[in-house]
Amino acid sequence: MKKDENVKLTAAQLAIGGLVEAGTGEAFHTGSWRSDRPVWNKDKCINCLTCWISCPDSAIKTAQDEKKGTVVVGIDYDHCKGCGICARECPPKVAALHMEAEKK
Amino acid sequence: MSAKMIEVRWHGRGGQGAKTAALLFAQAVMATGKYIQAFPEYGPERMGAPVQSFNRISDNPITIHSGVTNPNYVVILDPTLMETVNVAEGISKEGKVIVNTSFSAEEIAKQLGIDKSQVFVVNAGQIATETIGKNIPNTPMLGALVKVIGDLDINGVLEDTKNKLSVKFAKKPEVIEGNLTSIKRAYDEVKNS
Amino acid sequence: MIKPVYSKGKLAAKTGNEVMAEAMRQIEPDVVAAYPITPATEIVQIFSQFVADGKVKTEFVAVESEHSAMSATLAASAAGARAMTGTSSQGLCLMWEMLNIAAGLRLPVVMAEVNRAISAPLNIHGDQSDAMGARDTGWIQIYSENSQEAYDNMIQAVKIAEKAKLPAMVTTDGFIISHCMEVVETYPDEDVKKFIGEYKPERYLLDTKRPFTMGSIELQDYYFEHRWQLAQAMRDAKKIAVDVAADFAKTFGRQYDLYEKYKLDDAEIAIVVIGSTAGTAKVVVDELREKGVKAGLLKVRVFRPFPAQDIAKDLAKVKALAVLDRADSCSGTFAPLYSDIASALFANGITSAKVVNYVYGLGGREIAPNHIAEVYDTLGKIAAGTQKPSTDVNYINVRIK
Repeated sequence: MKKDENVKLTAAQLAIGGLVEAGTGEAFHTGSWRSDRPVWNKDKCINCLTCWISCPDSAIKTAQDEKKGTVVVGIDYDHCKGCGICARECPPKVAALHMEAEKK
Repeated sequence: MSAKMIEVRWHGRGGQGAKTAALLFAQAVMATGKYIQAFPEYGPERMGAPVQSFNRISDNPITIHSGVTNPNYVVILDPTLMETVNVAEGISKEGKVIVNTSFSAEEIAKQLGIDKSQVFVVNAGQIATETIGKNIPNTPMLGALVKVIGDLDINGVLEDTKNKLSVKFAKKPEVIEGNLTSIKRAYDEVKNS
Repeated sequence: MIKPVYSKGKLAAKTGNEVMAEAMRQIEPDVVAAYPITPATEIVQIFSQFVADGKVKTEFVAVESEHSAMSATLAASAAGARAMTGTSSQGLCLMWEMLNIAAGLRLPVVMAEVNRAISAPLNIHGDQSDAMGARDTGWIQIYSENSQEAYDNMIQAVKIAEKAKLPAMVTTDGFIISHCMEVVETYPDEDVKKFIGEYKPERYLLDTKRPFTMGSIELQDYYFEHRWQLAQAMRDAKKIAVDVAADFAKTFGRQYDLYEKYKLDDAEIAIVVIGSTAGTAKVVVDELREKGVKAGLLKVRVFRPFPAQDIAKDLAKVKALAVLDRADSCSGTFAPLYSDIASALFANGITSAKVVNYVYGLGGREIAPNHIAEVYDTLGKIAAGTQKPSTDVNYINVRIK
């Protein structure tokens, strides 16, 4: 844990009404919570985006391809908590995602 | 209570326009340059049930917001109320009661148990029927009340009522004329005998 | 002869509900979401007619309950709209959860609230139990003595709420003011609009360029700081309300303060009261003054934030004081206004005054000049030392034994 995470803001420093700026989750690396990690197989993937729509942490990385449109390009391991939903939702016939134990 | 303040209580039946009469009266008196209050007594509202409404009139700002318990004037829109409601309640010896009736002031005074000098009568129902075409006594009773109070300007009241009705009955000028005539007739015909 | 205070003012005979609706028409909020309830129904009924007639550009949301009314109103406010609503009694009770959220999210919602008794037993008449129940929800509360004040308070409330970033409710006593026609001076639309100004929220949810989250969870580490901010905002709102009143006086000529002193400066006996009963009590004070009795009155206009320090200073010389509450607290001890007045005096070291509490007028029960005169009579005896001040709540005009 970074040292400044222990320093809490005061009432004078805080935005009123509990307003939280969008995108603050970016700097918060929940990937460290993971015990299992999803592994993505680029060759098997059909870019159906079922994993992307199912991921509760927006950790499926996508990009724009001229021919195929939106395509999966990998997993954001900084924010993936390893819940396994992507691997479960990936169509069985495709099976482009599977879970492996996190090496620690 | 300030000596200059006039308090009025209206007795009617639900649907008869006692509340409207108090509101119209207040607006008309305000148009003559006085401070006013008009408020109804709210209860379970049913068509035909006895209802009351109130007015205060003063040359000075009116701050009091309690009920009217000792009115200077009591206006009775429906004479049958005298049989069930104590319409003379709280009035002093100087208080006046104005009744829509075909009976004489003497007969009404006897019925209410007050002095004849306190009673004024006018056949507002008949006036309304003849002028407006309907038995709605509240408008003519405005005229009768203005007359009995004495120091109010009847022309100012007529002018304001005309303005109000002109908005509501723009396409029915006969309604406006009928109402104004009813006020004038009641003003002229209300009597203490 | 009646005449306007403001050079461009117009006099009209209007009820409390009519002028509150008129103020809303002139304020022309972006969104109004409301549900009808006696005796406040007319306010939004009249206003919805303005919407239907195209007299205002307001988006009117007819919701299915008061909980939804407050939810929709505060959501509209969060989105960046100037949002208003109106309610009374049970309606305010049903809003309870969302009242706290509007305040916690620091949304300047403005509400027309008609004070009515709360059930049970079912009663539609005027007392202040409803708003007193919401006194610690973080809403600014401005009570009106008459229709003129209701109109003026509505206009000021918009400005106060938006500066303080707190929701505000303006109240009138049910039926006594809401349905009483009186002479009211209204100001031209453009002057009212100019006074309140355009609403420009610093942050709003529909601002797609600067997105943010609101209403997220805060646990032991941050919740307390935000609640402190809320409490501090209410403390700061006193000066805001005073400043807005000064602006209002400069623009329209009518003077307002957080509370009104009526013949209080040299008073030996005094009453503290909120709302329409203050007007009735003024008549009694005048009569007593004519008899040489040094009677005075303090009318609380802004009850939240409560101007404790200033009130204490102004009551320092009073020998005997009665606090009249049109709401009971069912606390086993004193009623809400008394508790605030007593703690204000004590905290500011003023212990010379004997202070008694009266609860009156629940469910619209009559409070007449003679009832108030009796209170002053008792205060006279307490001040003279011939009667001991009661240490418990007293009740006016209720049959007990």
